[in-house]
Amino acid sequence: MSPANTREEVLEAAANLRWEVGPNLHDSLMEALYTDAARITDRVLSRDDARPAFDLDRTIDRLVTSRWLGFPIMMLLMAVVLWVTITGANVPSSLLSSLFLETLHPALKQAAAAAGLAWWLDGLLIDGMFLAMAWVVSVMLPPMAIFFPLFTLLEDFGYLPRVAFNLDRWFKKAGAHGKQALTMAMGYGCNAAGVVATRVIDSPRERLIATLTNNFSLCNGRWPTQILIATIFIGSLAPPALAGLVSAGSVMAVVLLGVGCTFLVSWGLSRTLLKGEASAFSLELPPYRPPRILQTIYTSLIDRTLIVLWRAVVFSVPAGAAIWLVSNIHLGGVSLAEHLIQGMNPFGLLIGLNGVILLAYIIAIPANEIVIPTVLMLTVLSVGLPGVGEGAGVMFEFDSASATLGVLEADGWTLLTGINLMLFSLLHNPCSTTLYTIWKETGSVKWTAASALLPIAMGFLVCFCVAQVFRWLGG
Amino acid sequence: MKPNAPPGACEICPAHHPANLKRLGVNMDRYDFVVALAGNPNTGKSTLFNSLTGLRQHTGNWPGKTVTRAEGGFAYQGSNYKLVDLPGTYSLLSTSTDEEIARDFILFGQPDVTVIVVDATRLERNLNLVCQVLEITGRAVVCLNLMDEAERHRLTVDERSLARELGVPVVPAAARQGRGVPMLIDRIHQVATGTFVCKPHRIQSEPPALKRAVSLLVEKLGAAFPDLPNARWVALRLLEGDARIEEAVRSGELAELVRVPEGAAPAEGTG
Repeated sequence: MSPANTREEVLEAAANLRWEVGPNLHDSLMEALYTDAARITDRVLSRDDARPAFDLDRTIDRLVTSRWLGFPIMMLLMAVVLWVTITGANVPSSLLSSLFLETLHPALKQAAAAAGLAWWLDGLLIDGMFLAMAWVVSVMLPPMAIFFPLFTLLEDFGYLPRVAFNLDRWFKKAGAHGKQALTMAMGYGCNAAGVVATRVIDSPRERLIATLTNNFSLCNGRWPTQILIATIFIGSLAPPALAGLVSAGSVMAVVLLGVGCTFLVSWGLSRTLLKGEASAFSLELPPYRPPRILQTIYTSLIDRTLIVLWRAVVFSVPAGAAIWLVSNIHLGGVSLAEHLIQGMNPFGLLIGLNGVILLAYIIAIPANEIVIPTVLMLTVLSVGLPGVGEGAGVMFEFDSASATLGVLEADGWTLLTGINLMLFSLLHNPCSTTLYTIWKETGSVKWTAASALLPIAMGFLVCFCVAQVFRWLGG
Repeated sequence: MKPNAPPGACEICPAHHPANLKRLGVNMDRYDFVVALAGNPNTGKSTLFNSLTGLRQHTGNWPGKTVTRAEGGFAYQGSNYKLVDLPGTYSLLSTSTDEEIARDFILFGQPDVTVIVVDATRLERNLNLVCQVLEITGRAVVCLNLMDEAERHRLTVDERSLARELGVPVVPAAARQGRGVPMLIDRIHQVATGTFVCKPHRIQSEPPALKRAVSLLVEKLGAAFPDLPNARWVALRLLEGDARIEEAVRSGELAELVRVPEGAAPAEGTG
């Protein structure tokens, strides 16, 4: 008998025997397993039955997953993490930017002049590429170095599965996977990292939903925009004592709007393009564990911060070159940037923004953190304020919010422009790093395009509506 | 219940040589043994993986964090070990992606040793998986992890009785603190080199009809694949109509699972 025949015989025998054991094989096997496991456990495990009067894990769980306190605690923790990130990042950010912009930048310029570099090469390399990279590093590194470790500490402690538990009901209603809560939370650090994290979701349908909606989590590159604009346009409306609270509140409102969009778009997608029921999954609520602080800081710095930072730097360098080029290439005596701004201004004004903001978002696709400096540079260029700024194609930032406000108002900015910039900063295409990640993770040009076009369409729509209402109210 | 070691025993015990451990990180150009890390989700497999390899795989206190298989290496007493961190699963019997990755690796990847990481505070549920793994491979070490938490919950596990019940070495550990890791490495080494011969626990409580069907099928399998190490488990899978295993029988792939004698080169196919 040939071996292939013997093998077929095995299969045949199995098919016949299957009738004999009946249809409940799986169940009886599971039962046998459970019986064995229970029997062994019984023999080897002994517990001290004196129940402790106070069970810490249970108590914490009862609080953080409680129907009434669960959501407020979640928001409070998030607000604390954000507050620590924002305030904590200030000092190192300004140290880094003074190192890069006040020490290194002039030194490089001098060295270039000494070496007799052509003006355009010097501008392209130092004013364009170097400055863009310096901006990204000084604006992005400190908040990430604070946010990611804090986030990882919460993760290590065991809080994240509770967030997923709290939000599961909502995600289920939206037809999405409960673990999307975890990827959404990661997105507040960096959308590219959030997109990678969607790997925890098994079902391809639900994973796509999580990928497409991750952009609605405000990433740390967009926090500075939100905070600056909230401070100068919205905080200034309130009495000085309350200004900080009001501007923080308005940023939180944008965050919650993003959460709302996540649910809305997930719901829409799961009823149209990505039809299907939410799949069931079991998520064990792990015990709380005291986080290992040093180890956590180390791994989150290496795994998350540096990798994300490196990608942002890689993408910001060509953006710096583009920014410098559009401001310095002249057509008919007017720079390319001014041509573009003029061209986009009517549409921009229609939706309550302006041409400068739209152009800034186009050339700052590589990294959201250079949007504000680009906006300022382009505004000064197009308004032609003498003696302000550093020259065509040189990104800068003002030391005080009031100086920023002065320049922006000279270009016709109003409260509406401020509000809409905050909305548009939430609702626009993801940065190129995130898009690249989405393309790599989904392997589909179609879904990558969808994840870029969907939020931008929403952004235009929302800004347009807000502008209409605002003008109707006579603001 | 826990027998106390006589004073001085620790110093002369072969496990007491942490210096013998060399963490190789990802630099694995050649290896003598393949070790798989299996276990329920969130039992500390990745933490253990890191402390064995010196790598800094991201660990997190939530189940389902390890989404891809991580590999790394360490050297101990002159042997190079390749360590594969598998995704955590509750069972190997259903068909989610995670379970298939883990199941296929333990069965077809033929690790020399499978370390089953067990949460000591949830012993009964974890033993379900242990029993399933032991059906596939007898060359296993149970790492009774999270002992610190078990103590906090006032649970005591008699690891000697557990080892006797399961027929494989059981090492109590607290991987987050590094407790028990040297002992674990030593047990892995013993099983890999064949110094410790396992007598793995087999499922005993199955109904008589099933028992009979399995033994008949095992006989048939024995004719087609002599010396198949996990014939019982293959028989169970065939009875359940597992397509992947049927295919492995039909193509003869299963024959490759017949273990070559100790000391021979490890299997190439690990993926």
